[in-house]
Amino acid sequence: MNHRLTDLKALRLKAMDIRQDIMTSLAAAKSGHSAGPLGMADIFTALFFNVAKIDPTNPSWPERDRIVLSNGHICPVLYATMAQAGFFPKEELMTLRQLGTRLQGHPHRSALPGLETTSGPLGSGTSQSAGMALAFKMDGTSQRVWCLTSDGEQQEGNTWEGVMFAAAKQLDNLTVIMDRNYIQIDGTTETIMPLDPLADKYRAFNWHVIEIDGHNMEAIIDALEEAKSMHHRPTLILANVVPGKGVSYMENNYIWHGAPPGIGDVPGAPSKADQLPVALADLAKMRQQIETDHMT
Amino acid sequence: MPLNQSANLVPNLFDAATIKQAGTRDGYGQGLVELGKQDPRVVVLCADLTESTRSNLFQKAFPDRFIEIGVAEQNLITVGAGLAAAGKIPYMASYAAFAPGRCWEQIRTTFGYNDLHGVVAGAHAGVSVGPDGATHQAVEDIATMRTIAGCTVLAPCDAVRAQQATMATITVGHLCYIRFGRDKYPVFTTPTTPFQIGKAEVFYEGSDVTVVACGPLVYQALLAAKQLEGTISVEVIDSTTIKPLDEATIVTSAKKTGAVVTAEEASIIGGLGGAVAETLSRQYPVPMEYIGLHDIYGESGQADELLGKFQMKAVDIVAAIKRLLQRQ
Repeated sequence: MNHRLTDLKALRLKAMDIRQDIMTSLAAAKSGHSAGPLGMADIFTALFFNVAKIDPTNPSWPERDRIVLSNGHICPVLYATMAQAGFFPKEELMTLRQLGTRLQGHPHRSALPGLETTSGPLGSGTSQSAGMALAFKMDGTSQRVWCLTSDGEQQEGNTWEGVMFAAAKQLDNLTVIMDRNYIQIDGTTETIMPLDPLADKYRAFNWHVIEIDGHNMEAIIDALEEAKSMHHRPTLILANVVPGKGVSYMENNYIWHGAPPGIGDVPGAPSKADQLPVALADLAKMRQQIETDHMT
Repeated sequence: MPLNQSANLVPNLFDAATIKQAGTRDGYGQGLVELGKQDPRVVVLCADLTESTRSNLFQKAFPDRFIEIGVAEQNLITVGAGLAAAGKIPYMASYAAFAPGRCWEQIRTTFGYNDLHGVVAGAHAGVSVGPDGATHQAVEDIATMRTIAGCTVLAPCDAVRAQQATMATITVGHLCYIRFGRDKYPVFTTPTTPFQIGKAEVFYEGSDVTVVACGPLVYQALLAAKQLEGTISVEVIDSTTIKPLDEATIVTSAKKTGAVVTAEEASIIGGLGGAVAETLSRQYPVPMEYIGLHDIYGESGQADELLGKFQMKAVDIVAAIKRLLQRQ
């Protein structure tokens, strides 16, 4: 497991490598979701490079933790993280969404070793993760299940069926990490179908809830570790995340929920041809800031 | 004697006074218990219908491997998919109106396209559910499950065959759907009646017309064949497997008789009738008649009354055969 990173600076820089790969692979694909993947890069980095028990050289290792992506549309961050961790060659990221690719527009489990589920239709990841966690409880084994979910899919009834079930079965080996970025395709979550107070809702369902800044690497790792120590209750990590994090013109703009860099006129965004270069320049600035942060 | 002796059907096949009656769902419950003994990976899930789907037989024998889901059919499937991804073989039961009725997309995505082995068991399929009415009488399930790529679809004709079919699903390795009725039906096959997924069996041999049937209507087809003996020679084929359809057996029979009636307690649109027509239209087109629901919902009533109303009884199969032969 030599992909593992332990110091904060290295983890923060790895998240920047992943953000860069997200932008270049989406630009090559000419379709796909930008904001969610950029927002979740720090959390994916913490899971894959520090907390989860996985081995990229042995993706079918039975004792591995299961990292389940429920909101399949943010798969560019999953693919970029897996490539960076060594599950498959980084060059393959440029095949995203193309004919014959292993990197389907939404993840297909049997296409790519290391994917734990097929996903895309929203709201079923929590239940599938609960099923896995229950299987490990029945077998008395120690794998943990880490489920990445979106805030938009809290509007799905199936999600709450899974939330109720996981608490009833006391699945303390299950952690759900929610991308609370307040956007969905048609607009902001609180105007489309209000979700707050999400923490209270999960607590009422008998979950342990931890709220964090989803870009604070230290807080992310602390929360993931805290989840490991819980007994008899599943944990929700409610991660407040800036959609489009790191790319100035994408941050907090729901237009970029379902669009790649290089699309037509978007108010406030660079011209079509400049969108990828500006995105990469913005990410370079963010990387420089991380270097500066850690100089002192 | 047109009865196919190698099918090993019960000797009192046509003796209404003595033939045993049982629910196909009983065969499911008994099959689960046998599977539980054979394979520790087998787990059984149910959505608050444990007794009436006969999942309770497994629950009693293996309480640690039975998972109560509550009234949540989408969760029934998706929790099952998680269990399957972690190495279990889940059997997931509800009424067919609710599973697959309520959770078709979850079945398609988290089992079908996800390449996982699990068995969805739809009880109370067909109009013979009776007094509960059309909300609880699934007639669309064969069509909806048949369209999921790679899904095996089974409709056993009696309790013995239901147990055989249930047990056979353990080796399939991918998504299966198996449907059961609510009523008690004659038990006319035996444990030595040949059964294999993907293989249809000729129960009654004839040369004028073929009846391809599934589920409880296989027995009605046998009654029709018996009634017509001496006037019209009827071949009766049990197609417990609707997908993958045993094309060879059906085409061979169609070549012999030149006329085919299909019979199912389901919508004829996309059901067994549709599957047989798709095959014959490509390989050996012959005139056909369809017994089943003709673009209509069921309703409340006694099972026998409903089978009569929707023209699914032996007398209706006889009439369909005569109509068909008159067209030729």
